[in-house]
Amino acid sequence: MSLLIFTALLFLGSLVAGLLGALTGLGGGVVLVPLLTLGFHVDIRYAIGVSLISVIATSSGAAAAYVREGFSNVRIGMFLEVATTIGAILGAFLATVVHTQALAIIFGVVLIYSAYLSWQQARKPVPELKKGSPWSGKLRLSGDYPKPDGSLCKYEVENISGGFGMMFVAGTLSGLLGIGSGAVKVLAMDRIMKVPFKVSTTTSNFMIGVTAAASAGIYLHRGLITPGLAFPVMLGVLSGSVIGARYLARAHVSVLRTVFTIVILALGTEMIINGVTKWF
Amino acid sequence: MVLKAKPGEPGHADHFDDRRMELIMGRLLQIGVLLASFVMLVGGIVYLKAHRDGTPDYREFKSEPQALRHVDGVMRGVAIGDPAAIIQLAVLLLIATPVARVAFSLIAFGIERDKLYIGVSALVLAVLLFGFFRSQ
Repeated sequence: MSLLIFTALLFLGSLVAGLLGALTGLGGGVVLVPLLTLGFHVDIRYAIGVSLISVIATSSGAAAAYVREGFSNVRIGMFLEVATTIGAILGAFLATVVHTQALAIIFGVVLIYSAYLSWQQARKPVPELKKGSPWSGKLRLSGDYPKPDGSLCKYEVENISGGFGMMFVAGTLSGLLGIGSGAVKVLAMDRIMKVPFKVSTTTSNFMIGVTAAASAGIYLHRGLITPGLAFPVMLGVLSGSVIGARYLARAHVSVLRTVFTIVILALGTEMIINGVTKWF
Repeated sequence: MVLKAKPGEPGHADHFDDRRMELIMGRLLQIGVLLASFVMLVGGIVYLKAHRDGTPDYREFKSEPQALRHVDGVMRGVAIGDPAAIIQLAVLLLIATPVARVAFSLIAFGIERDKLYIGVSALVLAVLLFGFFRSQ
């Protein structure tokens, strides 16, 4: 296959991944790595490196858009980023000792778990937080956000250590698998710390880029980011997510989510099978 | 917890300062991504032209040559017009974008005299720089 056609196909595939990721809010990384490894037969280490870069691009691009609405909380984000960045570096170092086939299996498991999480999120509403932990005020994590009628809605957080721990896990997964771990981050904030949902999702968005940047440097130095792949994939995912964000309002999110859940379930299973068979 | 903040209350003013900080950071991120994308596109086009007759094979993992792994090697490559180096430069710019954002937050917290968060963001910045320079 000629370079031009291969590159064009990579671009289109990445565009679809970015589009799906933006429309469902679940990130392109989870679709991108399986697409590259299963569809394009790219070695998983190349795929992870390139996915990490794309994650930085889409997260930073999206964060700029969400910030304008005034929902994200800089302090919660920065505070939790301590956990995610340390986790990301650990994840990147772990990636050197973990067998590549094991990476595929871990990735598959994470995909299936993500499918379960996103299905769960659609069902259970988070109970209202009566009163936050005293640390919420001491660490200045409390905030407010604008309600549709223009007034400000104050909120506090709780279980900060739980959220911190979960963020560490999210960071490690990001560094190990080249994903954004956005779903885990939202989970940590929304369910564990009881941060209002819209604040969680927007804050998670800008955290994802910082987390990915923490491990990306290590991947670059190890020679895991290859230019020939980086350029069509990064531009493709970025284009896809910009298009996806633009049409987000018109999309029937619940239908998309169901489709997405089924897709990542299938991909997750395939990756596990792939990893297991290649091992022997 | 849902309470209504009345205008004039302390919560109201904080919200405004944070907003301004976030808006500027949002712009910074956008510029970083746009710049990296532009360099990426330029590098990509040159790359396609240079490797027109090659067949891509990413099945087996072979790590990138040393020159493309570190900042000085990349800059030297860009100077001679090596397309792979131009693409790697775009990658570097992309990685630098969130790092710049954290550095900016540090400055903003400094202006607000928020000692706790000066410390927090300094810590995050330190972790990020460690990650980048540790393996140089």
